[in-house]
Amino acid sequence: MSFQPVKFYQTGTFTVGNRLLPPEERSVQASGKRFNSINSGHRACQGCGEALGARYAIDAAMEATDSQLIAANATGCLEVFSTPYPETSWQIPWIHSLFGNAAAVATGIAAAMKVKRAKGKVGDVRVVAQGGDGGTTDIGFGCLSGMFERNDDVLYICYDNGGYMNTGVQRSSATPAAARTATTPAVGHDPGNVFGQGKFLPAIAMAHDIPYVATATVADLRDLEAKVRRAMEFRGARYIHILVPCPLGWGTPSHDTIKMARLAKETGIFPVFEAEHGEVKSVLAIRRPLPVEEYLRPQKRFAHLFGKSPAVATIARIQALADKNIRKYRLQARQESH
Amino acid sequence: MLKQMEGSRAVAEAIALCRPEVICAYPISPQTHIVEALGEMVKEETLTECEFINVESEFAAMSVAIGSSAGGARSYTATASQGLLFMVEAVYNASGLGLPIVMTVANRAIGAPINIWNDHSDSLSQRDCGWIQLFAETNQEALDLHIQAFKLAEELSMPVMVCMDGFILTHAYERVDMPTQAQVDAFLPPYEPRQVLDTNEPVSIGAMVGPEAFMEVRYLAHAKQLQALERIPQLATEFQTVFGRESGGLIHTYQTEDAETIVIAMGSVLGTIKDTVDVMREAGHKIGVLGITSYRPFPLTAVAAALKNCKRFVVLEKSLAVGIGGIVATDVRMAVTGMGLKGFTVVAGLGGRAITMKSLKALFEKAMREELELVTFLDLDWKAVNKQLDREKAHRRSGPVAEALLRDVGVVGARNY
Repeated sequence: MSFQPVKFYQTGTFTVGNRLLPPEERSVQASGKRFNSINSGHRACQGCGEALGARYAIDAAMEATDSQLIAANATGCLEVFSTPYPETSWQIPWIHSLFGNAAAVATGIAAAMKVKRAKGKVGDVRVVAQGGDGGTTDIGFGCLSGMFERNDDVLYICYDNGGYMNTGVQRSSATPAAARTATTPAVGHDPGNVFGQGKFLPAIAMAHDIPYVATATVADLRDLEAKVRRAMEFRGARYIHILVPCPLGWGTPSHDTIKMARLAKETGIFPVFEAEHGEVKSVLAIRRPLPVEEYLRPQKRFAHLFGKSPAVATIARIQALADKNIRKYRLQARQESH
Repeated sequence: MLKQMEGSRAVAEAIALCRPEVICAYPISPQTHIVEALGEMVKEETLTECEFINVESEFAAMSVAIGSSAGGARSYTATASQGLLFMVEAVYNASGLGLPIVMTVANRAIGAPINIWNDHSDSLSQRDCGWIQLFAETNQEALDLHIQAFKLAEELSMPVMVCMDGFILTHAYERVDMPTQAQVDAFLPPYEPRQVLDTNEPVSIGAMVGPEAFMEVRYLAHAKQLQALERIPQLATEFQTVFGRESGGLIHTYQTEDAETIVIAMGSVLGTIKDTVDVMREAGHKIGVLGITSYRPFPLTAVAAALKNCKRFVVLEKSLAVGIGGIVATDVRMAVTGMGLKGFTVVAGLGGRAITMKSLKALFEKAMREELELVTFLDLDWKAVNKQLDREKAHRRSGPVAEALLRDVGVVGARNY
């Protein structure tokens, strides 16, 4: 057996253990003083990616704003599982109005805070709006685009699980091609969701030239925290799109949520990057891109692609989409040369 | 201070005197002049400590107002017609959440066919949305009702629509008595929200409510409207103390004491009706007028009291409940249950159709003889209607209705009502 030097594999990433970091660089969640903005006891499914993402994102925003934070929420899983009144998970001021208006409600709150601050009635209170992919890319898209183009001082966070999971797993415009949902069943000549449809909202957000756009996954929570912190350094409209696997909708074991998010990133299916004023500033590089099969195969929503006669051509089309992401966002790390 | 100005400008100046903190605007005729004026005041800094937000739709306008009101800011917007319908989901949400937003509705017809002129179809379509609806008869009253609306909304923590006839009031130049800032400040205290998004006292607003409490929450909204029924006349009295003029209240009566026939209506058409009644009174007819200012809550008791000595009533309304007839008439009939009165519904003025004294006089005379149908369509062009009905009988593919009618009716302005 040849000698293999001990290598600190995670150097340069955000996955390094907290105890190896100086205190100021440690995760918000690592601290006993963490905010628990979304407290335990909520009704999310086991392994819910959205609950995890929201917990990290909102607590990071709380830290960045010195607890001067108000949240607006679109209708959806996060809203439903966090407020089964008389219980609420929210330890911060929180409002849910409708499915399609979270961005506009947040604009209103930000306007109110601006006026009240000018009158000396409140401090520097910041606003975050949040919704799932349906509430963001579909029904809430008009209000979101309006908030972007006015450059209202709101951080909008989309928790993207690729479908309307709260209503029983229907297709949204963020549902990936070939995925089975209740409205794109795995039947017929081209089972699952069709190719050539849907939208990648981070790119649309960037087209608004807003100060900050980022993507993240729940596989890299330190990266997510860092992006929320960075977002709060800007004034104006900001957008963070977080990939949050859904065990129910994806048909994956609840203990594989983080693994699925990591595979989405490592295959190039979901590009992780940040952009300022419409220009990409950094990406989370993929060391060795994995074939998309590794991401697709564990998910029941793609089960029709495998089995006795695998849908080779369909898988190749998905691979081509991942390859395009890798090229377009320059995701592949330079080959290490020793 | 007496001024000669456009109705929209008068309302905008009144809103500014109410010290609004967030105004959201989306253009739709005929309310546009109001928000244009307010936008100018904010930009030139004559209206300060106020955010003016140009939004991308009426749905966003109401949604921004929901956010700002929940954030503790006095919030205002204006809309009409299709705009009101486009924001409906948020309109219900604002009242459901108990947010005291004030909104002007410059009443306008609803399409199709698209029509920009005045009737009451828009706000009456929102009859059950949980907002208070006040109808202005004149520009002065429109101005005054907005000042009262903020006080009413904020006291009860529920939103108020001030309805004023599109174009007829919004675009009419009339003399108005514009109050001073000191008067408005004396009447309208700063907004003290019942519920607010406050980082010092975090609350969750907008949770899901199941069968265990939903009916109670809805009943409480009804109870609030019943409170408004008491509060609206009191506010009119308080208003008179500060501003020295009568404005608002639940209803207005005119020559009703000895009237055998009472005509009931809302909004600016009351002026024409009163003029007609004056003429008919001179001819010895015992006829009077009941104007309804508060459409929601509907003043059942006050209406019954006003009608208690008459023999018959005519509800003249600028709205149509397709398939039955009147909208306001239905409420009036509930008010007079058991009183044994003869009631007539008249649908008039839809889509801006002129309501003239000549037509009204003939109508009221017929009503006094009790020769009216239960539901009458004032000045309906039966020839055009029947021609279209015949066409539809004759041809399966009779084509688009509105376009066929326009061809039959001919050039606008060539008709003589």
